[in-house]
Amino acid sequence: MQDRIRISCSRENLQQVRDFVRGFLLAAQGTDLQVNQVVLAVDEVVANFIIHANQEDASQFLDLLLKLAGMRLDIEIEDHGSTLFLPTGTAPAPDLRAYIQQGRKGGMGMALVSRIMDQVEFFERNSHTVCHLSKMLG
Amino acid sequence: MGPIMKVTAQPADTTLTLVLDGELDASSAVVLDTELNKPELLKYKKVMIDCQKLSYISSAGLGVFISHLQRLQDSNVKLVFYNMQEKVFNVFEILGLDSLMTIVPTEQEAQTA
Repeated sequence: MQDRIRISCSRENLQQVRDFVRGFLLAAQGTDLQVNQVVLAVDEVVANFIIHANQEDASQFLDLLLKLAGMRLDIEIEDHGSTLFLPTGTAPAPDLRAYIQQGRKGGMGMALVSRIMDQVEFFERNSHTVCHLSKMLG
Repeated sequence: MGPIMKVTAQPADTTLTLVLDGELDASSAVVLDTELNKPELLKYKKVMIDCQKLSYISSAGLGVFISHLQRLQDSNVKLVFYNMQEKVFNVFEILGLDSLMTIVPTEQEAQTA
């Protein structure tokens, strides 16, 4: 089972991405909690690509591919922008007490992604950045 | 496309309740940020966040609450969440934010928290 979607780099498209991932996983009989976690992980990576890698340039676009084989879920998010964006797949645990004291808004997204997914990697393919996420469901 | 997050403010004597309805993400978090940034918020003793209709939260939504928490605490305004759906609470749990913020099951408990 697999499905794909292409979106332009506008944060208004995050809802469309979440609806797409939700629909795919609910069709695969995922639990409400697990579906929400995977939706969140994809949302965080896509938001980073849109905001940080592409500066919300709606002329740029991302391709998302979801594949489910048995219980193994693989997700590929390819950024067609020209700037490589290669954060490490493992995010350090954020110091939330310090964040609260500093009134800080960001810095938690990739920590969520790495705690939810079994595998997170960013790599270069054809001069584009690709993020691969995987997780065993169930 | 209409807004995916609606915030309704319900002021009372010493408590302000903010009712959240929708999905809180990097696109909609600004709506909540604007509401929490209002200076008049600091005249209340407590801000209660009704999460019954909050169906999704991402790090951008969590970030809005985190960014205002210290300012509220410094002004002796307590921030209390209630009626939170399990999948939304789970996001707070993944980061350990459930131990740093006051999250209670019901409105009644929020009033006495």
